[in-house]
Amino acid sequence: MPHIIETHQLTKAYGSLKAVDKVDLTVEPGEIFGLLGPNGAGKTTTISMLCTILKPTSGTATVNGFDIVKEANKVRKSIGIVFQDPSIDDRLTGRENLYMHANLYGVPAVEQSERVDRILKLVELEDRADDLLRTYSGGMRRRLELGRGLIHYPKVLFLDEPTVGLDPQTRDHIWKYIRDLKKAHDITVVLTTHYMDEADRLSDRIAIMDYGKIVILDSPSKLKETLEGDVVVVRANNVDALSELVTKSLGFNQKIIVDGALEVTVRNGKAVMPRIMELATQNNIYVESVLLREPNLEDVFLHYTGRNIREDTTKELHGIAAARRRQIK
Amino acid sequence: MSEIRGFYSLWLREIKRFVRDRTRLVTSFVQPILWLIIFAAAFATRFIGSLPSDLNFKQFLLPGIIGQTILFTAMFMGINVIWDKEFGFMKEILVSPVSRLTIFLGKMVGDSTDAFLQGIIVFVIGLAIGIPINPITLLYALPILMLVSFGLVSIGLTIASFMSNLEGFGAIQTFVNLPLFFLSGALFPLKGGGLPTWLTDVAAWNPLTYGVDALRHVILGNSWAPLQVQSLWVDVGVIALFDGIMVIVGTWAFTRMK
Repeated sequence: MPHIIETHQLTKAYGSLKAVDKVDLTVEPGEIFGLLGPNGAGKTTTISMLCTILKPTSGTATVNGFDIVKEANKVRKSIGIVFQDPSIDDRLTGRENLYMHANLYGVPAVEQSERVDRILKLVELEDRADDLLRTYSGGMRRRLELGRGLIHYPKVLFLDEPTVGLDPQTRDHIWKYIRDLKKAHDITVVLTTHYMDEADRLSDRIAIMDYGKIVILDSPSKLKETLEGDVVVVRANNVDALSELVTKSLGFNQKIIVDGALEVTVRNGKAVMPRIMELATQNNIYVESVLLREPNLEDVFLHYTGRNIREDTTKELHGIAAARRRQIK
Repeated sequence: MSEIRGFYSLWLREIKRFVRDRTRLVTSFVQPILWLIIFAAAFATRFIGSLPSDLNFKQFLLPGIIGQTILFTAMFMGINVIWDKEFGFMKEILVSPVSRLTIFLGKMVGDSTDAFLQGIIVFVIGLAIGIPINPITLLYALPILMLVSFGLVSIGLTIASFMSNLEGFGAIQTFVNLPLFFLSGALFPLKGGGLPTWLTDVAAWNPLTYGVDALRHVILGNSWAPLQVQSLWVDVGVIALFDGIMVIVGTWAFTRMK
């Protein structure tokens, strides 16, 4: 099989607004594929279509060789989904939730208890397996959901913002599970995220999405290399004024202000640093510190979309609401 | 085969949730006792003459209260659908490879089993407080309890599938519950009481009318014949037809649910 997922001009429109706009992408078997983008970029809409939850307005896609519209049921059997929002029954125990899932997905009865035990072990919830879900912590619930998505041996596991709302330690934990699960079960993982570090550390390849389109698609390291340059980070008492001067006098456009520091992406950082210092001194701007670093994914995102991913911090809105919000902007 | 297992797991889930919900189990005893003791005590004397001489008011009332309990429980089950939507579990069910018909049937039969059990509880309460009925008639009542539950639970699930918040559903629930209850002949005989014809006309379109009537047939035996709305078999036929229609409507409603 050439590609585990293939989309052709996949589009989802709400009225005249396109939440997903003619997306073409392919995912290879066995990779962790990251869909990165700000909230409302169309990531969830894209995977909702691949999971057969939403019907595309136009275009086609196949998952595991099955058409997402004509063979929706076969697609459903081939995939596991971990939704952005919790979707477990908190009045059942962990074990009961897993058995229920196994039954819904037609796992043969004779294999169920063995698979459930193995999954419980994998996500380290054996000792809590017979407790009601309502007594679980957020991280434990997430782990159970991850495990649940694997019980029917899916070919592709979709993870929609798998670590949203979790503390850093739990996130680290979940990342480890995702990598282990991928290795142990030899499956393809498609994840959406708006966390740069998550995309960077987990994905083999990343597609950056913005306004419903794939802006660029490559491995994290290649994406960073394409920037061919350095990032000069300047802390000063008036970064806004300095930012304007950098463009006006030196002609650098790839810049952004993050946490009160001006970050300018340039070809030759070492040569540019003294010129920025000079410019600041001439205009009575006091520079607190200057440093040079390699570009990260955040810079990649800025480069291709012209804005900072962190500008958006609100919860992702689906469909029409997301499209409307985009219109307002 | 996988549809059957899907159905089974959905059914089992409803049962487990019901059994674990102690508050609901306890409160399910309270309401019928209030009707059968307080309401019956107050209204028994006012019914003298309108009932056959070999029936007392409590005997007459019991099948009506069983019907009422099933109705109220059935409507209440809709809340679970809204709850599942709110807490995301509905998504897990809806994206599974199991068909919407199976999803609807699993939930509906599971909830019906709860309503059915509540109906049995009321029958037993009736016996326990000394209403003179034959315990054996419970056996005949069981299939009718089940049939009545199917249709009424389907109403609750269908309405709930269109709603997105609990408050709204609560309001609609009352709106459905009370008219169906009052217009079913559960509290007064529809025949022989000189009731206005508009009332009996409306009652003829109420599925619960036939459920209560069928229950009176099997629990009260021949004593009920003079006041029957329809014969037992017509009652059962109407209920079965209504169940069939409601399964179609409910499955359709679940198909359009996101």
